[in-house]
Amino acid sequence: MTAPTLLIRDLHLGFKTYGGLVEVLHGISLHIGQGERVALVGESGSGKSVTARLVIGLLQMMRGARVSGLLQFEGRNLEKLSAAERHALRGTRMSMIFQDPTSSLNPIYTVGAQFQEVLRRAAPAIDRAAAMEKAARLLDEVLIPDPARVLASYPFQLSGGMNQRVMIAMALANEPSLLIADEPGTALDVTVQAQTLRLMRDVVERHGTSVLFISHNLGVVREFADRVYVIYKGRIVEQARTADLFENPRHPYTQALMRAIPRVTGGGLPEIEEESERFLEPLVVHEGCGEPGGMA
Amino acid sequence: MTNPILSLNSVTKTFRTGGREVRAVDGVSFDVAEGECLAIVGESGSGKTTIANMILGIYPPTSGTIAYRGEVLPRRRALSHRRAIQLVQQNPLSSLNPKRTVGASLRLPLDVHGIGDRSRRWERTGELLEEVGLPADFRSRAPAALSGGQRQRVAIARALACESDLVVLDEPTSALDVLVQARILRLLKELRERRGLTYLFITHDLAVVRNIADRVAVFEKGRMVEIDDVEAIFTRPQHPYTRGLISAVPVVTREEQELKDSLTKEEA
Amino acid sequence: MRRTLAILAGNPLSALGVLLIALVVLSAIFADFIAPFPEHRGAVVDFVNFNKPPEWPYIFGTDLVGRDLFSRILYAYRISLILGVVVLAVAVPIGVTVGLVAGYFGGWTEAILMRITDVFLSIPPLVLAMSMMGLLEPTLTNGMLAVTAMWWPWYTRLVYNLTRAEKEEGYVLAAEVIGASKAHIIFREILPNCVPSILTKMTLDLGFVILIASSLSFLGLGVQPPTPDLGSMVAEGAKYLPDSWWLTVFPGLAILVAVFGFNLLGDALREIFGVDQ
Repeated sequence: MTAPTLLIRDLHLGFKTYGGLVEVLHGISLHIGQGERVALVGESGSGKSVTARLVIGLLQMMRGARVSGLLQFEGRNLEKLSAAERHALRGTRMSMIFQDPTSSLNPIYTVGAQFQEVLRRAAPAIDRAAAMEKAARLLDEVLIPDPARVLASYPFQLSGGMNQRVMIAMALANEPSLLIADEPGTALDVTVQAQTLRLMRDVVERHGTSVLFISHNLGVVREFADRVYVIYKGRIVEQARTADLFENPRHPYTQALMRAIPRVTGGGLPEIEEESERFLEPLVVHEGCGEPGGMA
Repeated sequence: MTNPILSLNSVTKTFRTGGREVRAVDGVSFDVAEGECLAIVGESGSGKTTIANMILGIYPPTSGTIAYRGEVLPRRRALSHRRAIQLVQQNPLSSLNPKRTVGASLRLPLDVHGIGDRSRRWERTGELLEEVGLPADFRSRAPAALSGGQRQRVAIARALACESDLVVLDEPTSALDVLVQARILRLLKELRERRGLTYLFITHDLAVVRNIADRVAVFEKGRMVEIDDVEAIFTRPQHPYTRGLISAVPVVTREEQELKDSLTKEEA
Repeated sequence: MRRTLAILAGNPLSALGVLLIALVVLSAIFADFIAPFPEHRGAVVDFVNFNKPPEWPYIFGTDLVGRDLFSRILYAYRISLILGVVVLAVAVPIGVTVGLVAGYFGGWTEAILMRITDVFLSIPPLVLAMSMMGLLEPTLTNGMLAVTAMWWPWYTRLVYNLTRAEKEEGYVLAAEVIGASKAHIIFREILPNCVPSILTKMTLDLGFVILIASSLSFLGLGVQPPTPDLGSMVAEGAKYLPDSWWLTVFPGLAILVAVFGFNLLGDALREIFGVDQ
């Protein structure tokens, strides 16, 4: 068996503040196999976004951050790499898309110029014509009509949905093996969000890209992911294949989350208990979803 | 409809931006019955927030009228009109002044409208907090010391303080986590029953609408494309935009998926 | 409070700022007790000890008429601080109110108020002060008047921008929907949110007001002799450089300490309030 694209073992994260050390992650373990779409779902403050930022390497340099545990990418221990080596991975072997597409693109450069910058990270010698040709092909793949016009535009001239597609195309431009998507499309309208998610799923499937999908929305996760980890207050509480989790949620926290979601078929508003002790019950692992190497 | 609490009659609003006229709301008419919850549904650019702002008197319609209990509301609202229609906003982080205590924010409507005996008003803020399920001593706290859900409860208490009968809820739960959202929605439902309130519930989330609204008005690009009872909207949506909105809802159960599939099939 | 102390402890420069300002303020307040020769703040002449380099008991040396420089610097601090506080006490309320009103009301109100502000801002401060002092008599009161006239527009600019941002916040909408008065919204809702930035700017400005006042005195347009003033002391001493170096160096250092201290303190406040500029 080849190494998983991403392997996280017993990851801890704390922040030193004026009031002392605040623990954010209490030892989480997860893995993403090649070409697998894995969701990390939880509420705000659960630690899902910091996990994503640890993987891409954006948190380690922060003042007061204390990290321990194993972060392994394609069989290489990320914490053992030099800063330069980690930097070289970003945008080439692993890339990230953020919640708000319009603000994550630079407003003062055209889409084409930003595309060229991205492509240069993997191929420093690429000339403008070749870059534009490749960019147009990528935009075509995310169903953007008239790529040439979009490449000549500035981000603020495009709609939110269009920018999101540009972000997806850019993130996949250098054929990364891992794509980290942090609440993609949450800032968009529901209909646009539904379309772009479907599109993103198709494209990563075609490219065989592994995805770490961060979301608070179980419905979105159900439509996108192969496997799901549920995170609560810095701990993974349940992991399962998507269908199993939605058919049969077993952890009290997951059950509460599921019950809390209003159904489009009606049924009224559920009674939701206050924060329960039971939410802190130990991890539930569904069949065939344990961590490689037998570690939970 | 006998004696609606609010009626909009061919309300239109145009904004002028950069020399261009944009019609944000285009000839919208509907009535809101006393005690009902009418959902205003649409995406960005649908005009739903513009409608809310006109109802609240932030700006007047370009043409058409808005009437409260049969009385057409003038361009400049009297205090009594302001008191009658209140608002709960989407983001409780911004809707409470970070530099004022919860109690000061709750006291403002009591002072402005001279509600209750002056010496009793501070006590009243505590009662309001208890009515939304918070301890009375929260009034001496700063908003920053509260969680998102607690802040939204305070914002709801502030709307109740005016003792108005019509509350505009502008995406009141979309900034909240699901567990918190579920509790806030239940609180809103209880308050409506207990106080006989009328809700104008503005949202893009159709799953929430299904479970809280009596009627639904669907807006697209400033026009009302469909208005009907909630059952009818979800089982027999007439307008393709409504069908599109429902099938875009991310769902978690098989029954919901079947409902969506049946709608997209009709589309094809 | 704990956070404040932690920030000061974590940033030695901020702590230094607090220390320097404490030194300046305390020496100004207690000048009567600290100064070895309190009477030297006035028109005293002592031709026995004139123009002496630093030596006991004249630790900063004496000036050309034999007055103790150290004593005179302490009293000069007192005048500089009074000048700074009075200028800001007048300029800030005016500037802040104009900024709040222009930012909140917008439209014609904003256009008129902000153009007036721009006119004041477009005149170089020293030129404005100098022309005012030329018209009026060069007294301390007129000096303050001149500095005040050129200072308020900066607060208008700052508060105007803050108000325009705060106006979009939900709490302003909430107050409008409730029916609160404009005065309430401007002064009770918006103003408290501008206070941290205003305080930070005031601290930074105290140093600059002292500097400007010194520049005016240097040009002979500020505080008049025999009242001790740091600017005039530097100006006077500059004629006797490099031989009587102490006449310039110590008053110059005194200005540096005050301005530098207020700047460091302002930076510390900025961090404590979490204000970004």
